[in-house]
Amino acid sequence: MSKTYIPSIGLEVHVQLKTQSKMFCACPVAFGEETNSLTCPVCLGLPGALPVLNEGAIRLTLRTGLMLGCSTPPVVKWDRKNYFYPDMPKDYQISQFDLPLCLDGGVPLYDLAYPKDAQKTIARPGKVVPLTRIHLEEDVAKSTHHATFSTIDFNRAGTPLMEIVSEPEIDSAEEAVAYLNSLRQILVYGGVSDADMEKGQMRCDVNISVRPPEQKQLGAKIELKNLNSVSAVRRAIRYEIERQIDCLETGEPLIQSTRRWDDDAGITTQMRTKEDAHDYRYFPDPDLMPVLTETMLEEVRPLVPELPHEKVERFVRDYGVTPYDASVLSSEQVLADYFEKAAAESATPKKVANWILNNLLAVLNEQQLGIADCPVAPEKLRALVELQESGQISNLQAREVFADLFVSPDRDPARIAQAKGFEPADTGAVEAFVDQAIAQNPSQAEEARGGNDKMLNFLTGQVMKLSKGKANPKTVSELLHTRLRG
Amino acid sequence: MDPSTLTISQLRAAYGDGAVTPADAVRSLLAATDARDAELGGYLSLDGETALAAAEAADLSLPLGGVPIAIKDNINVKGQPCGCASKILTGYTAPYDATVIARLRAAGAIPLGRTNMDEFAMGSSCENSAIRPCRNAWDPERVPGGSSGGSATVVAANEAIAALGSDTGGSVRQPAGHSGCVGLKPTYGRVSRFGLVAFASSLDQIGPLTKSVEDSATLLQVLAGTDERDSTCLEAPVPDYRASLRGTAGLQGLRIGLPKEFFGDGLDPRVRGLVELAIKRMKWLGAETVEVSLPHTDYGVATYYIIATAEASSNLARFDGIRYGHRTAQPADLLDLYRRSREEGFGPEVKRRIILGTYVLSSGYYDAYYLRAQKVRTLIRNDFDKAFAHCDVIAGPVTPTPAFRIGDNAADPLALYLADLFTLPANLAGLPGISVPCGLATEGNSKLPVGLQFLAKPLGEPDLFRAAHGWEQSGPWQESLLGQ
Repeated sequence: MSKTYIPSIGLEVHVQLKTQSKMFCACPVAFGEETNSLTCPVCLGLPGALPVLNEGAIRLTLRTGLMLGCSTPPVVKWDRKNYFYPDMPKDYQISQFDLPLCLDGGVPLYDLAYPKDAQKTIARPGKVVPLTRIHLEEDVAKSTHHATFSTIDFNRAGTPLMEIVSEPEIDSAEEAVAYLNSLRQILVYGGVSDADMEKGQMRCDVNISVRPPEQKQLGAKIELKNLNSVSAVRRAIRYEIERQIDCLETGEPLIQSTRRWDDDAGITTQMRTKEDAHDYRYFPDPDLMPVLTETMLEEVRPLVPELPHEKVERFVRDYGVTPYDASVLSSEQVLADYFEKAAAESATPKKVANWILNNLLAVLNEQQLGIADCPVAPEKLRALVELQESGQISNLQAREVFADLFVSPDRDPARIAQAKGFEPADTGAVEAFVDQAIAQNPSQAEEARGGNDKMLNFLTGQVMKLSKGKANPKTVSELLHTRLRG
Repeated sequence: MDPSTLTISQLRAAYGDGAVTPADAVRSLLAATDARDAELGGYLSLDGETALAAAEAADLSLPLGGVPIAIKDNINVKGQPCGCASKILTGYTAPYDATVIARLRAAGAIPLGRTNMDEFAMGSSCENSAIRPCRNAWDPERVPGGSSGGSATVVAANEAIAALGSDTGGSVRQPAGHSGCVGLKPTYGRVSRFGLVAFASSLDQIGPLTKSVEDSATLLQVLAGTDERDSTCLEAPVPDYRASLRGTAGLQGLRIGLPKEFFGDGLDPRVRGLVELAIKRMKWLGAETVEVSLPHTDYGVATYYIIATAEASSNLARFDGIRYGHRTAQPADLLDLYRRSREEGFGPEVKRRIILGTYVLSSGYYDAYYLRAQKVRTLIRNDFDKAFAHCDVIAGPVTPTPAFRIGDNAADPLALYLADLFTLPANLAGLPGISVPCGLATEGNSKLPVGLQFLAKPLGEPDLFRAAHGWEQSGPWQESLLGQ
């Protein structure tokens, strides 16, 4: 039944920027500090204090805009959004109304950014979700509500906050997840933000409506709040689509409103309707001058990094890795850099990729380390892979060498192999193992002789077993080939 | 010698001679205040001990070493109350120095007392002070002008050597005119606003009230200059203002523009007579006059009261009872806390302007009021650009009438708004303006000062000083204006 309705979903994502200081004062941006210790007359909104723009925050927003293909008006300005709330020290928020830093652009959705269970059924691979705008504003303070009173910590007040608004062109909860993950990846790539939703560095409101396919106009826009994780976003959207369809089916009218996601109950409940909506009385902030963007934009342009999807394409093209492997390698900038350093002068970059994906990441995972903490330098890894590929050591031996290298990263892989007595197994011994394997498995040998490659591989495995993993599989395979197929 | 009667220049000379010490000066000002301020209400608070301690430690080698300066109650002085003459800031102590205060201190000056004002600088009579009435030093039955009425009164009554005020629509120049002192509103952005409690951010400017034009230049020299804490501050270099003080010689060849719109009906004949006489005298001394036109003058009041109230409605939102200042007792909930704290804390004129400003910014009215007012503001600025192509300064009255009796206009806020028509345009256009005494109008048994205003192009303060100083030095009768 739900297939006959079309959901239209738009996301408003707030991102805390990785700046040293706050948006309009010199107070440091930091977490976990003593309550109300990172404050000054400006971010406390004391009488007489004036805001001064943090140019670093503007540059990070412009960089984001360039990464997402946005345009930037030559002049941008700052506006006051007026409403009363205790966590807002001035009772207005400095934001951008009609001349934001970025317009248009889009977020490309990566396959790996979809939820794992949905990666095989992506409706529109390579989809780019168009953006409406990106603007810069200041974060509010943090309220804590107790039984009979509330307290406010102003440490967060005035942190630069970038709001990224998408067009309502996301079609499903899974696409919304892909949008958030793709966006996060790009923001981290650009060094714009750590964008961790669990830490509140990235927050998301969802606009959602459904309509029957014969209807062109979008249905009533319903906003969802209190979405504190990617999984909450997915579950809330799925719930809300079903709820709105039910309403349409039963003839209950849907009106423009804001609803709150209850993560424990797994439902949304109404917070307010359009009638209660604020009139924010936006007007240009007379304390701040408009900003000319052209020069700044040119200064920022060279700092724009290669985006993940561009990297994937290049890895496939230049290193011959599969698109999937390239995506995994590009999922983090540090991992991609590691791979490139290791692969750069390697004769077998594809093997380097395999080694990283199959062995190195597993070891790091066991040790609960990130790629940034990997003690083994990429150059050493390249040397190790070369040892293996030239047939000097086997895969099993290479893994042992790596384990030693992990503990003593300064040592040379070849020396480790030598010290361990890993000599290339001599051809005579291997030939004996080959004969033994054929003798022990006559029927399989017969089938292999008849052209069955599976059986050839089976015999290779047997020889490897007999050599205790010391033989080079390439050599073994060649020998078997000669012996059985002439 | 009574140091309280001296100008900054005279006091500095007396320090140099050793005739007077800074402590003597502070003591004489405290004595004058004791004698008259209970009646006049110029100060809201005055910490004599701190001022005396500062006087004892004064470094006389600095340009304003040992000079006490009274400060309007909307400028933050660390450790002193900063109440804007409002109940909503009862008990609030400033935790930091405004940039102007830091500069005064660095120049050796001593911040002395908090001067009375219209609540949040909203008014032109000081009748809107929520703390105590302020009276005109020349006739205590009359208003001192406003909103910097306290600053004008303490300078006129020799309770201060000089004072700082703030001028959003004439709030320095108008009380200076009514009280017989010199009041300067610098070019918008010439003096940092950091630490000035904002009324209308795009119009506010701090300026000195002094006993002479020379003192005005001396103070501006210290106050002016860019400030990284105020983005609207201009980066233009600060000229030597004292070099533009050339006495009557400075009037030679000075081109004075006379806008016919400043001399229309509704101008009190005594004011008109004194202003015209002053201009005539300046012509005798070598100035030239040219007729200029400021055709949008009539729209100034309406434009101003839309822009100023819009900005004020937002600027004053922070006084909400949450973090500082007055909070109502036993609020039922958050909304009740906001409503009653603000209801109890703000006076009627402040509420009127917040409501007006909220209205003009509201959805559906923004284009018709706020946006349109901004366009008219541009037209007013263009008028001045055209006029200044033909003259160095524009001259005219400060107000249509001399100071009125306390209570006479209390029932008619609009009449008071309309009386601002000569001072508002400088704020709307961002121009510098100065008000200097030009004579006394007789009213019953009283003699009331009348002000003469000069306006100049942006950063034209040297032109203002040249004109005002030339006028000031032109007649011995000036002496009679001081020492009330």
